[in-house]
Amino acid sequence: MTRRARTRRALAWLVVGAVPVLFLAAFFAYPIGSILGRGISDGSVLDVIRRRSTGRLLWFTLWQAAASTALTFLAGLPAAWVVARVSVPGRRLLRALLIVPFVLPTLVVGAALQATFERFGLDGSGGGLRMQGTVWAILLAHVVFNVAVVVRIVGGYWALLDPRVEEAARVLGASRWRVAREVVVPRLAPALWGAAGIVFLFCFTSFGVILTVGGPTHPTVETEIWRHATQRTDFTTAAALAILQLLTVVALVGVVNRLERHAAVRGVARRPVPARAVRSVRQALGATAAVAPALVLVVVPLGVLVERSLAVGGGHGFGNYRALGTAETNGLFVSPLQAVGNSLAYAAVAAALAVVVGGLASAAIVHAGRRSGRTMDLALMIPLGTSAVTLGFGMLIALDSPPLDLRASRVIVPIAQALVGIPFVVRSMVPALRAVDAHQREAAAVLGASPARAHREVDLPIVARSLLVGAAFAFAISLGEFGATSFLTRPDAPTVPVAMFRLLGQPGAALRGQAMALGTLLAALTAVSVLIIERLRPKDALGW
Amino acid sequence: MVIATTDESGLVAEGLSVRFGATVAVDDVSLSVGQGEIVALVGPSGCGKSTLLRVLAGLEMAGAGRVAWDGEDVTRRVVHERSFGLMFQDHALFPHRSVGDNVGFGLRMKGADRTARQRRVAEVLALVGLSGFEARTVETLSGGEAQRVALARSLAPAPRLLMLDEPLGSLDRTLRDRLARDLRAVLTELGLAAIHVTHDQEEAYAVADRLVVMRAGRIVRDGLAAQVWADPQTEFAAAFLGHENVLGPAVAVALGVGDGTHSVVVREAAISLVDSPEGNAVVTDVQFRGATSQITLALAVAGVADVLLRVHVGRPPTVGDRLWVSVDRLHVVSLRTDG
Repeated sequence: MTRRARTRRALAWLVVGAVPVLFLAAFFAYPIGSILGRGISDGSVLDVIRRRSTGRLLWFTLWQAAASTALTFLAGLPAAWVVARVSVPGRRLLRALLIVPFVLPTLVVGAALQATFERFGLDGSGGGLRMQGTVWAILLAHVVFNVAVVVRIVGGYWALLDPRVEEAARVLGASRWRVAREVVVPRLAPALWGAAGIVFLFCFTSFGVILTVGGPTHPTVETEIWRHATQRTDFTTAAALAILQLLTVVALVGVVNRLERHAAVRGVARRPVPARAVRSVRQALGATAAVAPALVLVVVPLGVLVERSLAVGGGHGFGNYRALGTAETNGLFVSPLQAVGNSLAYAAVAAALAVVVGGLASAAIVHAGRRSGRTMDLALMIPLGTSAVTLGFGMLIALDSPPLDLRASRVIVPIAQALVGIPFVVRSMVPALRAVDAHQREAAAVLGASPARAHREVDLPIVARSLLVGAAFAFAISLGEFGATSFLTRPDAPTVPVAMFRLLGQPGAALRGQAMALGTLLAALTAVSVLIIERLRPKDALGW
Repeated sequence: MVIATTDESGLVAEGLSVRFGATVAVDDVSLSVGQGEIVALVGPSGCGKSTLLRVLAGLEMAGAGRVAWDGEDVTRRVVHERSFGLMFQDHALFPHRSVGDNVGFGLRMKGADRTARQRRVAEVLALVGLSGFEARTVETLSGGEAQRVALARSLAPAPRLLMLDEPLGSLDRTLRDRLARDLRAVLTELGLAAIHVTHDQEEAYAVADRLVVMRAGRIVRDGLAAQVWADPQTEFAAAFLGHENVLGPAVAVALGVGDGTHSVVVREAAISLVDSPEGNAVVTDVQFRGATSQITLALAVAGVADVLLRVHVGRPPTVGDRLWVSVDRLHVVSLRTDG
């Protein structure tokens, strides 16, 4: 290829890349920028930050996130080891079960834990131990929610490390503990830092969980932004807190990125090393003990959620589900079933948007010049680290005047959800596109395929699965998205999480039962998406 | 576009040059391959062999020069319309397709219908010794099988010219020797014109009729395999083709076989050794090689420091023995002085 043709190609890819850049600029940078502008222009940021209560708020948010992360690793690492290294019967099912909460809506996890506390008398009603409304409940919910991240990221990486290196260390005289400290941990370090960063970030900006199980007595920066913006209409404080949170997140991402890169090691296989079969009773017991805590934490609350959704009066039945069809006495304006319809429609549009924008972005990232590719890759990750509440709040105050007057439009909801889904599409597409061997395209050309045909015959079949995986992810995430959606939905068109939140906030066992039924439905929908992802996902895929 | 015609049949490439920035990968190369001729393109890695193949295939555009087939200029023709086959070193099989679909790919691009495809796929798979492999997935193939499938895939659309880019490079020695023989058998059976790139001289001898030696982007020797071996002309080609004993001009004169200005290649058959305490050489190393042993001799010639000769003998001497070395001038080939 001549130099001019090369330049022309790079330019063409930049044009492709312009679509995601414009999308991000209009619906992410502009709203967030408006908040920054609002906070900075009236000088209120410093006032708010200087308040003593702000310091306490930030401190609590940080330490609960740190404690949650530590506890998540405690439960998640042994499970990650089993999933990566031990060939137990039903390994695929086990992995899928542990991973389901990753896309489970925060509100469903919150509702499930609430129901669990009630079920086992931990809500303080019987004068016994109280979990509901304590910081322990928040930590526990975060562990349930994030064990999946550790299993997925650390477990996936662990499977790529050749166990013979550990055996070599053992032969050279290192004890088990020594091997763990000097061989396993250093080699796992990039995945450990990566997972820790994500878990900490999720816990730091956690919203639905804090609202449902923490109660009003345990505010975090995220819930305070929401409270000031929606309930006290104190936009100044909300904006100031959003800025504070944004700065903390940026600093955090920077630190984690450095640690992760610093820890990067070579010697990772391209395909997972096959897991070894359990050979003795001792090994079987060890594997069971390792995976049990994580499994119990995930299965029990979900089991209770389903059981509660079926509890009617003294017995069990489908009463709560039948009641979902009616709009009376629930204070929602619509029937909960209509919320399911809304959620499905929004999520479908959001997934389509995320696939188009994320797909174009992925192609541009892979084919444009290296530097512009990397910049775009990073830029698209930012919405993942930004708090959903800030995003929703920003869109609410910024997109209210022409040409972007979308506040009254329904499309604003799926746009916000797509922003959260795009990173998932990009994460699954980019490695797949990179993995397409240029030689294969050339082989097709030599065998008589035109350039377009070579792309279609070689790239598309390989990338199609990853595109579907990304779409399923975006769909599941959109279904459960609560932080941004709660700002942007119209009262007469709530999504399932929004409807659940309103039902949970009202007294009465009947409405509570309906909330549980809605939660079960939502959990089932997202679980199906995850199972589709697990089926489609190439076996040797890294990342998500 | 000017369509130049010549009366030469087969491939004719003239004055091809390829630059990558400041480096010249292929430098004014001319090469022809007749119908049914198998040419081995040899040279050290990085000498431009693969780039030359890519230019001929149309995957890379040459900065200068032209490529013609049967007198028809194809220099500007895009890769997928050239009907040249290329087999990649890493095979580049499509991992998401079965063996049958891989082999039938080129036929499908040509628009062949299903039954014609199935027949031809079975035919070429039989040719490479993999009958019944159609439904197998690519992941389950061994190295040798993958190589055969790649060959079958290149052969299926019946290319006018088949180019093979180090196709046996990743395989072990024994498998390599066997497949090299099989490859030659298949190519001669089909009467196909072929260019086989390799950096292994033994593989080149096993597969090809003609040898083309490349160095630093240029062709330094081109001729029938036996001819090139017997008369390598340059020291580089001699060393590359496996000649172990190349003597400088002074040493050659001292042994009575040189003209004083050119280096010479001494074939082993030309060297005779006699046990003698007054001998002109000392044994410095003996390596047991089974039927023979390879000995290294330090030659003490007037005015020249030690010169090493490698000879294979049946009954090895011991290190430190003195031998009288003489060379038969009839088995010596003089080289051009090119360094």
